Amino acid sequence: MNEEAAAVSPSQETQLRIYRTLVELRETGQKAHDLFLQNLVKGTVHLSLGMEGIAAGCAAAMKPGDLTFCTYRGHAHTLARGTSIEKVLGELMGRDNGLLRGKGGSMHLTSVEHGVMGSYAIIGAHLPIACGAAWRAQYKGASDISVCFFGDGTTNIGAFHEALNFAVVWKLPVVFVCENNLYMEYTPIADVTAVAQPAADRACAYGLDRILGDGQDADAVYRIAKTAFDKARSGGGPSLLEFQTYRFSGHSRADPAKYRPAGELDYWRDSRDPVKIYRKRLLDLGVGENVLAYIDSETQRIVDDAAEKGKAAPFTSTDILMTDVYADGGSAWRN
Amino acid sequence: MAELTYRDAVARGLAQEMSRDSDVVLIGEDIAKAGGVFKATVGLYDQFGPLRVRDTPISEQALLGAAMGAAMTGLKPVAEIMFSDFLAVCFDYFANEIPKSRYMTNGQVKVPLVVRTGNGGGSRFGAQHSQSVENWCMMIPGLKVVAPSTPYDVIGLMAAAIRDPDPVIFFEHKSLYATKGEVPDGEIVDQLGVAKVVRPGKDATILALALMVPRAIAAADRLQAEYGINCEVIDVRSLLPLDTKTMLSSISRTSRLFTVEENPRLCGWGAELVSIAVEECFYDLDGPPVRITTPHIPLPSAAVLEDLAIPSVERIVETVRKSMAA
Repeated sequence: MNEEAAAVSPSQETQLRIYRTLVELRETGQKAHDLFLQNLVKGTVHLSLGMEGIAAGCAAAMKPGDLTFCTYRGHAHTLARGTSIEKVLGELMGRDNGLLRGKGGSMHLTSVEHGVMGSYAIIGAHLPIACGAAWRAQYKGASDISVCFFGDGTTNIGAFHEALNFAVVWKLPVVFVCENNLYMEYTPIADVTAVAQPAADRACAYGLDRILGDGQDADAVYRIAKTAFDKARSGGGPSLLEFQTYRFSGHSRADPAKYRPAGELDYWRDSRDPVKIYRKRLLDLGVGENVLAYIDSETQRIVDDAAEKGKAAPFTSTDILMTDVYADGGSAWRN
Repeated sequence: MAELTYRDAVARGLAQEMSRDSDVVLIGEDIAKAGGVFKATVGLYDQFGPLRVRDTPISEQALLGAAMGAAMTGLKPVAEIMFSDFLAVCFDYFANEIPKSRYMTNGQVKVPLVVRTGNGGGSRFGAQHSQSVENWCMMIPGLKVVAPSTPYDVIGLMAAAIRDPDPVIFFEHKSLYATKGEVPDGEIVDQLGVAKVVRPGKDATILALALMVPRAIAAADRLQAEYGINCEVIDVRSLLPLDTKTMLSSISRTSRLFTVEENPRLCGWGAELVSIAVEECFYDLDGPPVRITTPHIPLPSAAVLEDLAIPSVERIVETVRKSMAA
């Protein structure tokens, strides 16, 4: 590793934190899947199983006060900033202990106190919104940056292009992170996109560097993200990052993902699992198996406990149906 | 006291609030050095500088989305969407994002912004630069919607909108920009959600908004002079929140209700008001409520056609006279 790369590489303390986050995201995602099959989670969930390396690596490279904007596939990014697992699972189950007390649900996880400024379920909508948060930081001379996560499918909607041009012209402290999991919902992204790498190959249109990384390697994500975050924070303007990744489950709970060629899932699961890759790396670096096993079992216990607390919690209070439409706390539209 | 145009009132209202609060920032297309295509932001760039009055690319999604992101993190942006017709290209932001965030996040996210937009017909611009689209916004829970008709109200409602903690869509009427009105010196701050009786009367209530207000007043004057019908004209001013008290109280007193709406017929604001009146003061009415609207057509460009489409003083007079005689 050269000196430059070393400067943006995670310390061993950070690596242990990344590992813990990876396990938390994996276990919570798996738990959400199980709770759905038990009919305890209604509606839908969009899981990030297999894609945890991007959330864990980016979150580790962010600073307190930095802002996260994510999509309806936002559980991992929300949790990676420190949001309570119990509150997230409670929200999925529509319980009173839920993060949003059941008003948002799986697709709208938000935790302002952790810098998670929302999960947006309209493709592309949050890229301009992240620009606005970055504009505020620029205007106020604040040091925070905005980080906006989205999928490969987002690169084909207008707001993506409007936001990139806008962010570059205004030189905003915002970083756009594309999670290319090869499929826009049910369709291979390559079938519907003019270029091979849907985000990276568009960067030049906005005068940005072509940055493509391995999303299954959380350390690689960390290094690339940290470089972009440092640039944004120091007034160098926006970056567009694309990470190659893969989701182990379908687009949503309604999707059995039968459109994938035979063997593809097995390959990614066996050889490209970000949790397995990271665990092996830490062992190779000399971290004790007992240390990692402790993180594994402790995380499993926390997630199990969170799910049980959610199951035991009452359904959300119906008193809140008409609250918080307007700033006065209510929903009155006439006198 | 000074006479001011509606256009200059916009700039004065903005300047009043920008002087008070450095978090108030303007964003829009051609609003900075150019002073706006309607010249409603002239002088603000020179007075407040390039950081507070910023031009954007022709990217309505980016500019409205950015206004939202800035609002939810601490600024008080006032975004201009040049023609209200263009709200259609950033509809997601005022249909899905801006108004729903507070509710969806259980009160965590707040979006205190103002979207100013040039609304309405009379400029011979044709179907994509002339619409009255207040009803596009009125149907969305979480928004507030105002449409002033005088320079005085522009300043006061602008201040109220900027100081309001909720998102406000502020409809400026393009055909009113050149009109003038008396405006007192000093700070002017009005209140959202308050309708105004602009011409007292006892025989019928005419509800009107924006450009239709001066037409309703002119029609009421003629109905009085020519037919002895004494109409009360109410400037609705605020569609969300809606001041039903002022309007229902007038309707109960006069026993007749007319709405004058520039929007195409279906789902105009008047339909909601008629529905409320029928539900809540039906037995006070002496006749069916009547809506005077633009027909349900795209607006044409040629003067003779556009003037025929949008409610005129003549049409208001004739409709009220015939209905009252029936």
